[in-house]
Amino acid sequence: MASDRIDVRHVAKLARLALTESEVLRYGSQLAGLLTFVDELRGLDTEHVGATAQVVESRNVTRPDVVGPCLSREDALAGAPQAQNGFFRVPKIIAAAE
Amino acid sequence: MISERSSVPPADAAAKYEAVIGIECHVELKTASKMFCGCPNAFGGEPNTQVCPVCLALPGALPVPNAAAIEHMIRAGLAFDCAIPAFSKFDRKNYFYPDMPKDYQISQYDMPLTQGGVVRYWLADGTLRECRLTRIHLEEDTGKSTHAGSGDGRIAGSTYSLVDFNRAGVPLMECVSDPDIRSADEAVAFLDALKRTFVQLGISDVKMEEGSLRCDANVSLRLRGAAEYGTKTEIKNMNSFRSVHRAIQSEIERQTGLLERGERIIQETRGWDEAGGVTHSMRSKEKAHDYRYFPDPDLVPMEIDAATVERVRAALPELPIARYERYVDAYKLSVAQATQLVDNASLAEYFDRAVDSAKSPAGVLNFVLGDLSRLANESGIEVAHSKVTPEALAELVALTDAKTINSKVAKDVLVRLWNDGGSAKAIVQADGLAQVSDPAAVGAFVDAALAANPKSVADFAAGKENALKFLIGQVMKASRGTANPALVETVLRDRMR
Ligand SMILES: [Zn+2]
Repeated sequence: MASDRIDVRHVAKLARLALTESEVLRYGSQLAGLLTFVDELRGLDTEHVGATAQVVESRNVTRPDVVGPCLSREDALAGAPQAQNGFFRVPKIIAAAE
Repeated sequence: MISERSSVPPADAAAKYEAVIGIECHVELKTASKMFCGCPNAFGGEPNTQVCPVCLALPGALPVPNAAAIEHMIRAGLAFDCAIPAFSKFDRKNYFYPDMPKDYQISQYDMPLTQGGVVRYWLADGTLRECRLTRIHLEEDTGKSTHAGSGDGRIAGSTYSLVDFNRAGVPLMECVSDPDIRSADEAVAFLDALKRTFVQLGISDVKMEEGSLRCDANVSLRLRGAAEYGTKTEIKNMNSFRSVHRAIQSEIERQTGLLERGERIIQETRGWDEAGGVTHSMRSKEKAHDYRYFPDPDLVPMEIDAATVERVRAALPELPIARYERYVDAYKLSVAQATQLVDNASLAEYFDRAVDSAKSPAGVLNFVLGDLSRLANESGIEVAHSKVTPEALAELVALTDAKTINSKVAKDVLVRLWNDGGSAKAIVQADGLAQVSDPAAVGAFVDAALAANPKSVADFAAGKENALKFLIGQVMKASRGTANPALVETVLRDRMR
């Protein structure tokens, strides 16, 4: 069952996923289930719970501004489907303006 | 591409509207390493030689923020009186582009490192202006793609793209201004203020040609005196301060033309076409971006305590606006002179040190912006690194101001200081260059000149004033420039009366 609270086709498009009609229905119903769960969470009393952006307790994990080793170019490009003259070669980018 | 020829509207139409401009600019921070990994933050390396699993987004690699970049942000924030919130975090900005390997950019959404603030700046005529900042936030740069196969590096017609990730992950700060700017001139003066401040703080080199400052502008018009904003357009692709000026001016003229013809402004993104001198609509076929920001689970929040803020604040140098105001208010420098010094920090520091010992800003300024700058240009050596110490210059200024030496001798002494260093006083003493104001000594030079040039004496008697100039020149030459010129003239006239 698709949800009227979420536009699965739009989300799929943003995520560059080509969904079939049956997948649109299946994911739509799964996402609707998630939203229902969020509704349940909304019912909880959170008046004394602060907002958070992280569930771990640590703060200010940084590193000093020091240069470390890089990959060799060969290693960097080793996983690329295509490479050319030391660059990653990718399919043409769809023009933003026509 | 939709192009509209912009023709300059008549002046009365231009006077009817007020431009409302906001600037968004990205500035690459100067650090040794990238934002979240140890790869070097260096310009110009061979493609894909400054990359590692983190900045290539290889599976399992985790980002760790660069402490220096965070401190740079606090410096920038304090320079513009921004609030430095006690709590800040990184978010993921999700979109797809081949030069961004993770398919998201680490950025800051609702809790940036700095909030609010104000940029104070000045225009060429000395008018002081203020532009409020919305925020400055920290993010990472993308890689660089070259569109290939079409021959001209443009997207249209290309068959594939080549990507270099050397710049991917370089720390980038995004400054967003409120719409407080009212003209193209102000926009450029505002950007100049950002640039000179970031350079002074040592947090960026701000080299537009290397892409270390990129900016967009939001432009709208409203009837002068109106409170409501008009519909705005966003201009992109401006890659120099000059193109910022031209693009904004062109967009103001285009919008003025539309409004005067009773047409509507469409809210859209427009690209600046440098060659054509116009903006083009960049209407995208895609829906408006939905970046789906969410807190980056790989990064823990930042808590900036008051002690850190105060430590950074205490270490701030004198800021360009403060230096500018000091020069104009206390030293009475012109806007152009003050700007020239402020934009050359090492020269300004040199100037300050010389003024400290000479107590004569005008005298020091004469040399610093005059002969010293000329010598620096000719030799390629910065004044601050030359053999002329600020103390030696101060001596030279004091000797000139006290009329111990005249300006011609001062120029010669300066050249000797430039070549050999040393003390101006010592040179003047050793070579007997002090101005001779003793009437008897000057009289001796005068008598010698009169005896040697009877024809000039006769010419002067016949009413030729030029002959006197010639005789003064002869006396000055004989005295190696040391004779007091005013006294020389008096004595000459006296003897020939
Ligand atoms: Zn890296």
